[in-house]
Amino acid sequence: MNQTPPLLEVRDICKGFPGVRALQGVSMTLGRGEVVALIGENGAGKSTLMKILAGVQPPDSGTILLDGQPVQMQSVRDAVNRGIALIHQELNLADNLDVGANIFLGREPRRFGMLLDHQRIARESRQYLQAVGLDVSPHTIVHSLTIGKQQLVEIAKALSVNARVLIMDEPTSSLSQQETRTLFRVVHDLRARGVSVIYISHRLGEVKELADRVVVLRDGRNAGELSREQICHDNMVRLMVGRDISQYWQRQPHTAGEPVLRVRNLRTPAHPEHALSFEIRAGEIVGIAGLVGAGRTELLQTLFGVTPAIAGEVEVAGRPVKLTRARDAIAAGMALVPEDRKQQGLILDNGVRFNIGLPSLNRYWRFGFVNHAAERDITKRMIDAMRVKTPSDRQVVRYLSGGNQQKVVLGKWLAMNPKLLLLDEPTRGIDVGAKEEIYRLMHELAGRGMAILFVSSEMEEVLSLSDRTLVMHEGRITGELSRDQLTEENVMQLATGQTLCETKHAAVSNTAASA
Amino acid sequence: MNKVYGILGLLVAICLYTWMESDRFLTVGNIENVVHRVGLFGILSVGVAFVIITGGIDLSIGSVVCLVGTLLPFLLVQHGWSVPAAVTFVLGMSLAIGLIHGLLITRMRLQPFVVTLCGLLLYRGIARGITGDQSQGFGLAFKSLRKIATARLPIFGSSDSMFHLPATLLTMLIVAAIAAVVLNLTGFGRYLLALGRNEEAARFSGINTDRAKLLAYVICSGLAGVGGMLFVLDINAAQPSDFGNFYELYAIAAAVLGGCSLRGGEGSILGVVVGTAVIVALSNMINLVHPNYQNIEFAIIGAVILAGVIADELVRRAVARRRAAVTASARMEKAAQAAAQ
Repeated sequence: MNQTPPLLEVRDICKGFPGVRALQGVSMTLGRGEVVALIGENGAGKSTLMKILAGVQPPDSGTILLDGQPVQMQSVRDAVNRGIALIHQELNLADNLDVGANIFLGREPRRFGMLLDHQRIARESRQYLQAVGLDVSPHTIVHSLTIGKQQLVEIAKALSVNARVLIMDEPTSSLSQQETRTLFRVVHDLRARGVSVIYISHRLGEVKELADRVVVLRDGRNAGELSREQICHDNMVRLMVGRDISQYWQRQPHTAGEPVLRVRNLRTPAHPEHALSFEIRAGEIVGIAGLVGAGRTELLQTLFGVTPAIAGEVEVAGRPVKLTRARDAIAAGMALVPEDRKQQGLILDNGVRFNIGLPSLNRYWRFGFVNHAAERDITKRMIDAMRVKTPSDRQVVRYLSGGNQQKVVLGKWLAMNPKLLLLDEPTRGIDVGAKEEIYRLMHELAGRGMAILFVSSEMEEVLSLSDRTLVMHEGRITGELSRDQLTEENVMQLATGQTLCETKHAAVSNTAASA
Repeated sequence: MNKVYGILGLLVAICLYTWMESDRFLTVGNIENVVHRVGLFGILSVGVAFVIITGGIDLSIGSVVCLVGTLLPFLLVQHGWSVPAAVTFVLGMSLAIGLIHGLLITRMRLQPFVVTLCGLLLYRGIARGITGDQSQGFGLAFKSLRKIATARLPIFGSSDSMFHLPATLLTMLIVAAIAAVVLNLTGFGRYLLALGRNEEAARFSGINTDRAKLLAYVICSGLAGVGGMLFVLDINAAQPSDFGNFYELYAIAAAVLGGCSLRGGEGSILGVVVGTAVIVALSNMINLVHPNYQNIEFAIIGAVILAGVIADELVRRAVARRRAAVTASARMEKAAQAAAQ
């Protein structure tokens, strides 16, 4: 680059959360009209870095330079005023309002200082919608749009504040192929107009296509950078993984026993048009892969009875069960570690013991009275078995780290000795160490004959943990992959609704990793 | 528990002030009257605490008090029902009212505020309709039944100059003790606390949240019925248009003052009882010390409760800040140690 300073530069950013050091001295630059891809495994610190840039969180230390001038991002509004807009992984739209209202949310043009100027909102919205190639009326209610179109509305919103830096966090994770193409075209247009983009993605193919430069993070540090001509799949994977991926690989497949769960023609309320059938055996770890919105969480919740099935038969250990409430599923020997740990898995403001004892309370109570001795005992056993790091069994769960919280959720279920463990994104938002412990635990449980069905959006996790993988796409099981068919490419093919190309083999991603 | 100390301090302060300003405060008659009223209102407060702990609300308590309080003498005196029949009927009716509230809230998923607000209007209207809006009482009859509410138990000897324990306080203490045991020692109580904090997580843990919630409403209305009965037996006259007016608000205020959060999931029975005592003592203070302020009694009670709640929130924030500071310094120490090694 020439003498002018880069548009955006961050130096030595550090950020810690209780129990996790998310960023440890990360630096990067972004030029004008440049598309920089930021990649790394989940938990590498990408999202944290982006939140700092967008003013969502302050860094613990480090400098942010904009046009060579140090700036402090106090709030999202502050960042937006300086021209930095973040497009969240989870969209941040008020989906009950129309497109125009969303684009101008919080900055509505007014007439007479009070009344909203609807005409101006509509007129200017059209202009921004055109710029992102979205052909909908500004009066369309947002929730009636597909996720892809909502994404474009977010981008239009960013343009409307004259964003110079657009941060996109996994923008294509829930988009169809065609929507992804549209998004790419928009990114190319933006670059041509001098807007800089930081693009976070797990999809290396997209990165190869879009990025002028790639910045790789690993475990909260800079792992390396690739210029345009160096960008290739192997280089990216090598920098991202930084260690031999095969450490997960070296394990024996579990020997599957009797079928524990048999599902026939199950129809979930979320996708009643598709009937799902599959089977899980004792001692087997089965992964469910798919994109966000593929209906995986809904499947688990239907199995667990919290969103009762519309039709279909479920057998647990050979006996037909009717699952209309969580209680039924628990009685049948199932347990669910839900995706939304804080809302569904735990009662955050209560203690460890309170949480662990909750589901098994009625197994030990005497005439309705809580058996405190049994409860203490179970809690102690689970804290030890799970290696929960907590000062006491009365510690309020809210103040534990994500990994320890997840262990508490696991503990409350393992105390019941379930036959079938359902795990929804079991390692979301927890640090690397706790992750490995949970993986180890899953293997151990499967080794003891428990059947495990888990949903994960982390490719790495699916690839390394599952004995067998079901792939879902828009509410349907599009395929089943045995261990030797299990490759990132095959999973993505099925997850995007295509059929499998038989020629691809496991070798592809393995060689990429060890290169 | 700290919350209870705070509110206990407030109670002591009010009593001390009243005692210093009025020589009538520490008379046997006044103390008996105060604890008698604590007994009566405390029963209502303990009931509503169960509902508040689930994150719900019951606005119909005053109207249930009115319905029960007017129907009991109406059935006994005007219709000649036997005592067991009339008492069973009014108590059964209170439980049924709670059951209906609970069903509407858990099955129809109606909001507790709306359901019980309609109850507030309904039951008072029904009471006025049935009785023809005529005041109901026992006259000189049913003396022995009325003893349930009017008796003063001679615990320190029968001399008139000694303190006698009002039966209502004893009843309330028994109710409160049972409530405390249920809330703190039984699975049902545990479930109420769990679902009040996070109903979804409780449901995901296999708890029958609907049944637990329903029971809370039954308990609340049932205790309102007991309270209504005791009120009318004590006063011996119930005017349907204003009997029990605003009692739900006293009960809710006492529960909140005693540490229940309207967000649900927390509350102690002891706190609720002390909260009730604060409100009764406050009213007694106005009567004795500032009788000419009686017009603004509501305003004074409102202001004190608000101040109490604000103080509580400030303390909570201070504690949270201190906690954050402690964790931060511990982390820095650890980092320093790591650096030193």
